[in-house]
Amino acid sequence: MKSLRKFMDKIKPHFQEGGKLSKLESVYDGMETFLFTPNTTSRSGVHIHDSNDMKRTMITVVVALLPCLLFAMYNIGFQHFKAIGADATFWQMFLFGLLAMLPVIVVSYAVGLGIEFIGAQIHHKEIQEGFLVTGILIPLIVPINTPLWMTAVATAFAVIFAKEIFGGTGMNIFNVALITRAFLFFAYPSKMSGDAAFVKVDSAFGYGGGNVVDGFSGATPLGEVAINVGDKLNLDTTTVDAFIGLIPGSPGETSMIAILIGAAILLITGIASWRVMASVFIGGLAMGALAHAFATPTYPASMLDPLAQLCFGGFAFAAVFMATDPVTGARTKIGQYIYGFLIGVFAILIRVYNGGYPEGAMLAVLLMNAFAPLIDYCVVQANINRRLKRAKAQ
Amino acid sequence: MALIKLRKGFDLNLKGKITQDEVLESQQSENYAIVPDDFTGIIPRMEKKEGDTVLAGEALYHDKNDEHIKVTSPVSGTLKQVVRGNRRKIMAVVIEPNGNEASKEFDTRDNPRTVLLESGLWAMLRQRPYDIVPNAETRPRDIFITAFDSAPLAPSLSLVMGDNQQYLKKAVEVLSTITDGKVYIGCRPESSLDDTGAEVNTFVGPHPAGNAGVQVANVKPVNKGEVVWTLDVVTAARIGKLFETGKVDYSTIVAVNGPGVANPCYIKATMGCSLKSLLDGKLVDNDKPKRIIGGNVLTGVQETLDGYLHAPYRHVTVINEINKQDEFMGWASLSPNKYSIYRVFTNWIIGGRHKEVDLDAKLNGGERAIVLSGEYDKMLPMDIYAEFLIKAIIAFDIDKMEQLGIYEVAPEDFALAEFADTSKLELQRIVREGLDKMRAEMC
Repeated sequence: MKSLRKFMDKIKPHFQEGGKLSKLESVYDGMETFLFTPNTTSRSGVHIHDSNDMKRTMITVVVALLPCLLFAMYNIGFQHFKAIGADATFWQMFLFGLLAMLPVIVVSYAVGLGIEFIGAQIHHKEIQEGFLVTGILIPLIVPINTPLWMTAVATAFAVIFAKEIFGGTGMNIFNVALITRAFLFFAYPSKMSGDAAFVKVDSAFGYGGGNVVDGFSGATPLGEVAINVGDKLNLDTTTVDAFIGLIPGSPGETSMIAILIGAAILLITGIASWRVMASVFIGGLAMGALAHAFATPTYPASMLDPLAQLCFGGFAFAAVFMATDPVTGARTKIGQYIYGFLIGVFAILIRVYNGGYPEGAMLAVLLMNAFAPLIDYCVVQANINRRLKRAKAQ
Repeated sequence: MALIKLRKGFDLNLKGKITQDEVLESQQSENYAIVPDDFTGIIPRMEKKEGDTVLAGEALYHDKNDEHIKVTSPVSGTLKQVVRGNRRKIMAVVIEPNGNEASKEFDTRDNPRTVLLESGLWAMLRQRPYDIVPNAETRPRDIFITAFDSAPLAPSLSLVMGDNQQYLKKAVEVLSTITDGKVYIGCRPESSLDDTGAEVNTFVGPHPAGNAGVQVANVKPVNKGEVVWTLDVVTAARIGKLFETGKVDYSTIVAVNGPGVANPCYIKATMGCSLKSLLDGKLVDNDKPKRIIGGNVLTGVQETLDGYLHAPYRHVTVINEINKQDEFMGWASLSPNKYSIYRVFTNWIIGGRHKEVDLDAKLNGGERAIVLSGEYDKMLPMDIYAEFLIKAIIAFDIDKMEQLGIYEVAPEDFALAEFADTSKLELQRIVREGLDKMRAEMC
């Protein structure tokens, strides 16, 4: 480590003002603080500080996402070989998924971090860690067959217009990863839904590839539900299948098991708010039960039982990883209950009663992102009124 | 008597506790000093010149805006030096003691207000709002005495007060004449302060339960337009003693502790004494640079070995400046030695968050925007939305600050939140600036 430290110290002058690489000052600074915890000590106020910082917090969320990521790789391979009707071992499936996902991860990080670096340099600020999480969320929610350039454009759009213009990490109003997906969803709808979006059939870096066998449909369970005709649901997928996750879908969303492991990590470390997470599920269950109670063939999704509603589609993923984003969500305790509950309700509401969108979790979270400040405003106003009343009572 | 249970907050278990109750004699302090910055709200105007002799309890300077508010000398001697900084700001008033115990006599039959102002003990009081030395004319709604200090490694105030506890009754009697309301004492369940005549409230719970602001907020919060005074039990005992004996007694007992002290102990000393007289030969002998703090690690002021014991404190903490230089990828550490009160490191599994720790002065990260929600609220047992208040202060939105309860808080109430803050914001500085701006705006 000492040699690395020496090397960093040696090249430091180049990056400081007047140096030939001074345009990369923020990048150097980012690298240095990444490698070595800064030796800066407190100058005012408290003399001691907790070890937890934004880097640790963000990396913990990334760790919580790893089960989903690893499962996604396996599932992409699984679906691929199932689609082309070829036998493959576990490792072959995993390798295929890895090769298929790697370019998306690289593109997401390269574009997002690139813009962050430039932004940090323009404002002469330290590089913020927020994109560490966003950069891994994007590959998990963008369908695997989305062309890379589309992902790049959408990521750039989201980082610039949903985050940087608001002031960077901690200042954004909408969840950046979801804006990426929403941008793709509305700009390139044909690539974002339908049977061909979610299962990669062609090869990844020359590995795998083949023709779809007869009878294979790459439709997601919710896609099947949306086109269901008749009083009974004709589903190939059971709730247990969706719980395990070997079904077509956006990479990260399919496995309830992987999501629950991530949820456990977030809740044990205390980074995500259990209030938000629990109330999203409660809201979803409540709305799911209501829809199920008035099930009608006009809205086939209403025939799904509430538990299936939670396991299918991106609901659970959104509840655990999207709704709990503290920056875009409600920040008061009471506000978090309301915010979470309404996300759950709207996700199922959109899914069931809006034929245009087979999945509502993304839109529900974005909608509630917009309302989170209003919810907080009301909660804080109650505190203000309490204070005023107390003063009057004197 | 009410029992108030507080859940929010955290008791940091720092290394370097005092294990014996024995009180040592301090070495001779060459000089004593008063630091005007310790008396927030007072702009010093000297009454004595360099070379003048002063008695203990005789005024050194008064407030520029109100000559009745005086700060007095802790010892009798000669005014040796008025240390000035930028723009001739007075940084410290240094007194060379002459060794005799001569002390100014006060006529305790006078108006108690006058006696307090003249003796300098008025300057030891604080008022909410603004956390400043009270204005000479105000009549507080209530007076709150804090009888314990819950900060990390803080001394036991009953030990510091010692025999002077007998004067508390007198103090309460005197203070009752100044307020229309009540005199409250906030103490721990084990203390016995029932016979002082004050209304006793017992507090259970972690730090900051001992903070005046927290106690006020949980007993009878400050509303707009109201003024309450706060002081600690040691100052109260001094007030009582003044009215019993006619003299101010600035002697005290100081806790010297922290991971940087080899033998943590209590030392008999006098307010304003040099830190050298307290610390000489007591620091841990290693090559790590030390940080000497007058007060506790959360709210204290950084000093050097040439500095002095600041007036508000009976506590000197010494910690290491940096325990580990250039820690490699500290954010990825799995070591249980990385201390966090959150469950993001492994220390909560191995050893737990309440085990004894040796913390240094490192920031452990860079300053960021506020990301995680509810972090401040968990550390502040008051009915206040801390994060929203902080944001209102940063934006300097006077209406919002007022509505969200800025009159109820002092910087020290945010100290624990500042320690725990993932975004590493300087909350105490922000609150102090907010209070100062607010006062400039309202007065």
